[in-house]
Amino acid sequence: MVKHYRRLWRLIGLTMLAAALAMLFGCTPNDPQSTFDAHGPVAQSQLNLFWVILIAGAVVFFAVQGAIIYLIIKFRRRDESIPKQTEGNHALEFAWTAGPTVLLILVAIPTIFTIFDNEVSPDKNALTVEVIGHQWWFEFRYPHPDDPTKEVIFANDLHIPTDEVVNVVLESVDVIHSFWVPKIAGKVDMVPRNANTMWIKADRPGFYYGQCAEFCGVQHANMRFRVIAQPRAEFNAWLRAQAEPAIESQDPLVAQGRKVFTSPDAGCSGCHATGSVTNKGVAGRVGPNLTHVATRTNFAGGVLDNRDENGLVNDAIVQRNLRMWIEDPESVKPGNIMARDIAAPYVDPDRALTEAELSALVAYLSSLK
Amino acid sequence: MTTIPLAIPRPVHPTGIWSWVTTIDHKRIGVLYGVTAFIMFFSGGIEAMLIRVQLMRPEQTLITPEIFNQLFTMHATTMIFLGVMPLSAAFFNFVVPLQIGARDVAFPRLNAFSYWTFLAGALILKLSWFTHAAPNGGWFGYSPLTGITYNLGHGIDVWILSLQVLGVASLAASFNFIVTIVNMRAPGMGLMRMPLFTWMTLVTAILLVLAFPVITVALIELYFDRAFGMNFFNVAAGANAVLWQHLFWVFGHPEVYILILPAMGIVSEILPVFSRKPLFGYATVVLAGVIIAFMGWMVWSHHMFTVGLGPVANSVFTVTTMMIAVPTGIKVFNWMGTMWGGSISLKTPMLFAIAFVSMFVIGGISGVMHAVAASDAQQQDTYFIVAHIHYVLFGGAIFAILAGVYYWFPKLTGRMYDEKMGLWHFWLMFIGQNVTFFPMHFTGLNGMPRRIYAYYSGMGWDFWNLVSTLGAFILAAGFVIFIYNMARSWRNGEQASADPWDGRTLEWSIPSPPPEYNFVEIPHVQDRDDWWEEKQRRRERREVPVVAGGSEQEDAHDIHLPQPSYWPFFVSLGLFIAGFGLVYLMNMDAAGVRTLNYVALITTVIGVCIGIVSVYAWSFEPVNDPEPGGEHAAHH
Repeated sequence: MVKHYRRLWRLIGLTMLAAALAMLFGCTPNDPQSTFDAHGPVAQSQLNLFWVILIAGAVVFFAVQGAIIYLIIKFRRRDESIPKQTEGNHALEFAWTAGPTVLLILVAIPTIFTIFDNEVSPDKNALTVEVIGHQWWFEFRYPHPDDPTKEVIFANDLHIPTDEVVNVVLESVDVIHSFWVPKIAGKVDMVPRNANTMWIKADRPGFYYGQCAEFCGVQHANMRFRVIAQPRAEFNAWLRAQAEPAIESQDPLVAQGRKVFTSPDAGCSGCHATGSVTNKGVAGRVGPNLTHVATRTNFAGGVLDNRDENGLVNDAIVQRNLRMWIEDPESVKPGNIMARDIAAPYVDPDRALTEAELSALVAYLSSLK
Repeated sequence: MTTIPLAIPRPVHPTGIWSWVTTIDHKRIGVLYGVTAFIMFFSGGIEAMLIRVQLMRPEQTLITPEIFNQLFTMHATTMIFLGVMPLSAAFFNFVVPLQIGARDVAFPRLNAFSYWTFLAGALILKLSWFTHAAPNGGWFGYSPLTGITYNLGHGIDVWILSLQVLGVASLAASFNFIVTIVNMRAPGMGLMRMPLFTWMTLVTAILLVLAFPVITVALIELYFDRAFGMNFFNVAAGANAVLWQHLFWVFGHPEVYILILPAMGIVSEILPVFSRKPLFGYATVVLAGVIIAFMGWMVWSHHMFTVGLGPVANSVFTVTTMMIAVPTGIKVFNWMGTMWGGSISLKTPMLFAIAFVSMFVIGGISGVMHAVAASDAQQQDTYFIVAHIHYVLFGGAIFAILAGVYYWFPKLTGRMYDEKMGLWHFWLMFIGQNVTFFPMHFTGLNGMPRRIYAYYSGMGWDFWNLVSTLGAFILAAGFVIFIYNMARSWRNGEQASADPWDGRTLEWSIPSPPPEYNFVEIPHVQDRDDWWEEKQRRRERREVPVVAGGSEQEDAHDIHLPQPSYWPFFVSLGLFIAGFGLVYLMNMDAAGVRTLNYVALITTVIGVCIGIVSVYAWSFEPVNDPEPGGEHAAHH
C-alpha cells in the first residue's frame, strides 16, 4: 500500500513538474511581440493582471488535475463490490460554490481598476496621434508642429516621444482593423465611422513591433507596423523634418522618375501624395503618403524590411525593396489592392512599366527622404 | 383520410437506400445524423490539417492567402454547425427516447425533416469548395468585411444560406425534442428523475430556439444588404459596424453553450456508470446547467472587449463572465465528487469522459483569463484564444462526444467496439490534443495573431508552431484508428449484451440493438437511475440474475409505430434547391452594378415549389395508414 501511494505521488509530481516547465519555456520576453516584456504602463498593468490570474489559475489547475489523477488511482475498481451510493453533500457543494466565488471577486477587483486606468487617458492634453487603418497598412497623422489647423501624414512607422502619454485616435477607412503593439499596449479595434481612443506610453526609447489583430481580409497577415519611441528632442526634430517636403535631388534619373510618377500613364500620383502636410480632417489619398518614403523602416505593411543588421534604414536595401515592390507587387503581397484593382501598370498589361521607367521610379522614390 | 395526395403510395422499403431516405425511426435518424456529422467533422479535420501544414514553418507559400482564409472560415463553420451540433443531435435522437422510455420522438416526420435539412445546409456549404465560392469572412462574418463592397462573389452568400438552412433544421429538431421530453416521458419520470443527458438536451433545445432567431434575422439583413443594396451594415451609408457584432454574439455566445451542454450531459451519464455511483449532487448539476444556459445570455460582449464599448460595459461583462465560471466549476467538482469513493473502471468511454473534465478545466481557466477584460486586450484574436476554444470544444465537446460514441456503441449496434483500439485512440487523442493546442497558449502570448496565413521567422513562433503541427498529425492518426475500429466493430465486433456497462438508465434495460419499438412495455419509473434501482431491487428479491432486455417480446406485434414517409425528404430537397438558387440570385460586378441571375431565380422558384407541394402532401398524409381490417383503430 505504501509503495502504491509513493507511485501515485511521483506520478502527480512529475505531471505537475512537466506542466510548470512547459509554462516556464512558454514565456519568452525577447521575442518582438512577446506580451511578457512590457515597455510601458499599459502593457505592464496588463501583464501584472495576467500574472495574478495565472497564479490563481495555476492553483486551480494543479488542484483539479492532481485530484483527478488521485481519484483515478485511489478509487480504481479492484473488485465487483458496489460502493456506497452517495447522492451528494450540501456542505461540500456549498463550499465549492463559495470558494470560486471568493476567488473570482478577488480577481475582479484589480481587473476593474485596471480597465478604467487603461481606458481613460491620464492626460487629455497630451500629444494626440491619429491612426487610420487601410486594407492592409497603417496611416499615422500628427498635429503640425507650427500650424494647429494642419496635420502631418506618415505611414508604417509610428514615432512617439518616450516617457510621455500619447493619446491615440483609432479610425478605419474600410473594414474593422485592430491596433496592437504587444510591448506597449493591448489591442483596441479600429472601427470605421466609430473612432476609438486609447492611450499609450513607452518607458524607454526602442523599436517595437505592431500588427493588426482583427481579421481584415486577404492580407491581414501582412498588416504590420513599427513603433519608434525616441527622446522628446529627437521626436521633435523628426516631426519637423516630416512637415517639410523632401529635398529635391538634381539627379537626371530622379527627374525622369518624377515624371513617370506624375504621368497619367503610370498614374502613381493619383493615389500617392508627395506632400506630407494636409488640412486637419481631410482624408488622405487612397495609397500611403510617399513624401519621405525612403526613410521608412519597412514597406508594404511590414513585408519588406529596410533595416540593415544594425537596425538602421539602409539606402541599398531601400532601393532593392522598392524595385521588388514596384516590379511585381502581387508576388510580394498577393491580393494587395494597388496591383489587384487600381494601378494601371498592373491592371492593364498595355501600360506595364518598362525597365527604364522602373529604374527611374526606383531612383525617384529612394530620393524621397 | 384514406388516400394519399399526388397518388404517391406510402413507402414500404424495409431495407436499402430508400428505407433510409424515408425512415422516421429516431434510432436510424440518429445514425444518419451521426455518420453524416462524422463525415463533415473529418472534412473539417482535413481543412485543419491544411492550415497546420501551412503554418508548420515560417513564410511558407503552400497555400495562397485567399485559400487560407477560406480554410479557416470553413473549418470553424464546419466544426461548429456540421460537426459538434449534429453530433449532439445524433445523441439526442438515439438516446433521449430510450432514456425517457418512449417509442419515438413526438414528431417523427419532423425529425426526418430536421436531418435532411441539416444535410441540405451542409451540402450548400461544403459544395462551395467545388464551385470555387468558399466563404472567406471567418465563421463570425464581421461586417463590413462580409459586405458586398469588400467581398464580391458568392462565398458569403453560400455561408449565409447554408447557415439559414441549418438554422431551420436546428429549430425543427429543438421544438421536437422539447415537446418529446416534456410530454413523452414514461409514467413516473418526473423532471427530477430525468437522466442528466436528457436534461441537458432539453436545456440545449430551449437555448437553440431562443438563440437561432437572432442569427436568422442578422443573416437575412446581411443577405438583403448584399443582394438588394439595403444598408443594415453598410457603413458608407451610416450603419454602425458594431451592430453585426452584437447580433452575432447574442447568438454566438449561447451557441457556445449549445455546443458544450450536451457534452456535459454525456459526461454526466458516463462518470456515474463507470464509477458505480449516482451522480454526485444531481439537483445541483441540473441547476448549474440551467444557470449556465440562462447566464449565457449575459456575457456576449466578452467577445467584444477590444471593440471600444467603454470601461463600464467592459467591467460589467467582465463580472458576468466571471460569474458563469461558478456554475461551471460546480459541475466539475460534482463530477469529481461522483468519482470519489466510487469503483472506477477505466474503459475507453470513461477515459474520454475523465479527459473531458481535465481538458475542460484548462479551457475554463483560460476562459476566466479572457474574462479579465484588461489583460484580454493582449490575448484577444491571438493563438491564446485558439488554444482556449480548442480546449473547450475539442478537448471538451469532441472528447465527450467520443466518450458517448464508445459508451452507446454497443446499444446502437449490438456489438462491442475493440477495447484495445479504443485505448490507442484515446491516448493518441489525449497526447495529440495537448501537443497541438497547449503550445498555442505560448504562441498567442508571444504575440501571434490568429487568422494569419503566414508568419515571419524571428518572431519566436517557429518552434511551437512546428510542435502544434506535429500534434495535429498525432490527432489524425488517432482518428484513423477510430474509423477503423468503428467500421470493423460495427460489422464483426463481439456481440454486446443489453447492459454491458452495468448501466443506470432505461436504455440499458432493453436489448442491444433496441427493437424498432424500443420498449415492449412502457416502463413505470420509480426512481432516478431507475434501471440501476430496478436491478438492485431484483437482486434483493433474489430473482434470477437480471437480464436486461427481458424476453417478453411476443407481444410486440401489437405496437403501432409511425410509418415511413417520403415528404420530409422532399421538403428538405426543396429547401436545398431554393437555397442554392438564392446564393446565386444576384450578381454584382466590380463597378457595383447588380444583375439578376435568371437561372438562379428559376432554380429558387423550382425549389420553393417542391417545398410547398411536399409540405402540402405531408400535412395530408396520416401518420399511420389505417390497417386493412381496422381492428386496431381504437387500440391506443
